[in-house]
Amino acid sequence: MDARAFLTSSRVLVVAGKGGVGKSTVTAAVGLLAARLGIDTLLVDVEGTLALPTLFGRSSPLGYDEVVVAGPARTGGAALRARQITADDALVEYLDDHGLRRISKRLASTGTLDVVATAIPGIRDILVLGKIKSLELDRKAELVVVDAPAAGHAVTFLASARGLVDAVEVGPINQQAAAVAEMIADPARCEVMLVTLPEETPVNEAIETAYLLEDRAQVKLAPIVVNGVWAVLDLPPAAAAAAEAGASLLPAEVESLEAAATFRRRRQELQAAQVDRLAAGLPLPQLVLPQLMTTEIGPEHLGVLVDALADGIGGLP
Amino acid sequence: MSPAPQAAEGAGSDGPLLGLITSRRVVICAGPGGVGKTTTAAALALEAARRGRRAVVVTIDPAKRLADALGLGELTNDPRRVEPSWEGDGQLWALMLDVKTTFDEVITRYAAGPDQAKAILDNRLYRNISGALSGTQEYMAMEKLYELATDGRFDLVVVDTPPTRHALDFLDAPARLLRFLNNRFFRVLMTPTRAGLRAFNMATQGLLKAVSRVIGGAVVRDAVAFFVAFEGMEQGFRDRFTKVDALVNDPATAFVVVSAPRRDAVDESLFFAGRLDSSGQHTEVLVVNRLLPRFGPAPAVGATDIDGGPLAGLVRNARDLDDVARAEERYVDLLTRRVTGAAVVRVPMLADDVHDLAGLGLVAGHLFASS
Repeated sequence: MDARAFLTSSRVLVVAGKGGVGKSTVTAAVGLLAARLGIDTLLVDVEGTLALPTLFGRSSPLGYDEVVVAGPARTGGAALRARQITADDALVEYLDDHGLRRISKRLASTGTLDVVATAIPGIRDILVLGKIKSLELDRKAELVVVDAPAAGHAVTFLASARGLVDAVEVGPINQQAAAVAEMIADPARCEVMLVTLPEETPVNEAIETAYLLEDRAQVKLAPIVVNGVWAVLDLPPAAAAAAEAGASLLPAEVESLEAAATFRRRRQELQAAQVDRLAAGLPLPQLVLPQLMTTEIGPEHLGVLVDALADGIGGLP
Repeated sequence: MSPAPQAAEGAGSDGPLLGLITSRRVVICAGPGGVGKTTTAAALALEAARRGRRAVVVTIDPAKRLADALGLGELTNDPRRVEPSWEGDGQLWALMLDVKTTFDEVITRYAAGPDQAKAILDNRLYRNISGALSGTQEYMAMEKLYELATDGRFDLVVVDTPPTRHALDFLDAPARLLRFLNNRFFRVLMTPTRAGLRAFNMATQGLLKAVSRVIGGAVVRDAVAFFVAFEGMEQGFRDRFTKVDALVNDPATAFVVVSAPRRDAVDESLFFAGRLDSSGQHTEVLVVNRLLPRFGPAPAVGATDIDGGPLAGLVRNARDLDDVARAEERYVDLLTRRVTGAAVVRVPMLADDVHDLAGLGLVAGHLFASS
């Protein structure tokens, strides 16, 4: 499949998955690939963590105003922009737009906001999604990639609109929720890209989340990203291989090669079994990203992932 | 608070965790999501049971197969006893925290009578609290902890904390919950219901109208009804908060921070440890989970000898693993330096997920390995 067509098939791509699977890394890689293909792309962080900015060599969280995190010189195409959208900022903007600016301070200082957020669960989510929806409607970018909250919360996050339409029957919140629900259910406007790891618990959670998202948020699922897949190496028995290569290795060296190979062979076996189990449990195409041999993924590693993503998309039917 | 006097006892041959599980009454496991916190908590309780204690582990959201292994196939807010696979009198109990049921019990306990309890339990705002008010899950974990710590059936309570960025919210969750329940704005609103409409502040009324316009009048009426129903229960809550706080600060309570050698996990663990220090607690043991095993350095074979040859994959693999292990070691060093006063326990990455008592036993073997 053509990568440009793939990345512009919907205008909002929500990247979701359990904590620690590399959601932010995938968000960054998708954004860089899109920008490389000349697509005007905006990354949105909804949690205010350092995960996304760190990948672009920044040491402080993104702000409510967008910034260019990778210019055309770096992407080889369009500029890649990023910003944060938090419920509090979105609320102030929302009240402002509804002529209620002067009361927003009092709402916050009296603790009324906490009461309202508790009385209407999902209202914080709808404020954030409502803002994303306006960015999408106003065509503020050709593609908006959202780094979603961690797995369990991702379902609540995306299902909040449907729940709110029922909970708040009239008024602007109802309209906002209805408009968001409409966007989420429209595959030309919004898709969810799940991220998982080739391990037992993440695979179980990905399958469960996928079905919940389809049922409860009625959102279209993009191919699933299997992140952190160890490259499969040819690992013959170490002693025989050393003899065949005619290399003079110490017995301790042969032993450590064999121990490392045993570990890797087991890993390869386990991950193959988990990838198969994912395929059996979830009929979605898979995009495989390699395990990087580092503990600290930074700007310099993203290129490898962008290329792997491009290859994976290219291989889709 | 200075470190508890018992802290030094653990530094024996079976690692620093042994002292905690044999001498303390409460062990609280904190740490970011995805590092094996639940498994660690369960393994600590299992080892305590094997050593003759009556231990109960409070899990928050265990992976299904671990829950099955602990006999928690279905959600249960009361401790269930796990079938022992060891000799001796030790007992292992487990429960999965049910936030809503725990909160309902708290309300029923402090209500002046069944009518007040019912008015609150039936209120729509109340029904949303357990799912929507941040800190509720953390606070209910503490409430459950207090209940179990004062339950004569158990000598040791091991608590797994929620896997959120706010996992340490339990430290100030009581204060926050009380602030919510004592909401000033709604107190003002309620005053006229008793003192007559003249006391009704015009500015407040304007605000209320504005809020109603945005979220609907029904929601506001529910909120007011909730705070009216809650009237008179604060003292009971406040007294309980004081007791829970005292338990958390008791020298018989120990904090274990669980981490993994990933940048985000390390950052969060350092944040947790700092947070504990600033509220007068102390991280006694830091568990670094999922470390790659070390296989020794890759042989120094020249590129020409291995390129494309039968050794290529083997050498690349050994180098890859060694590189990652070294990078992980830098994280362990960083954690060791920054979490001062904590003993560090390493647990290697296991080949399989843990889903039975035998698997938990394997984890316990690493947690309690001689240091």
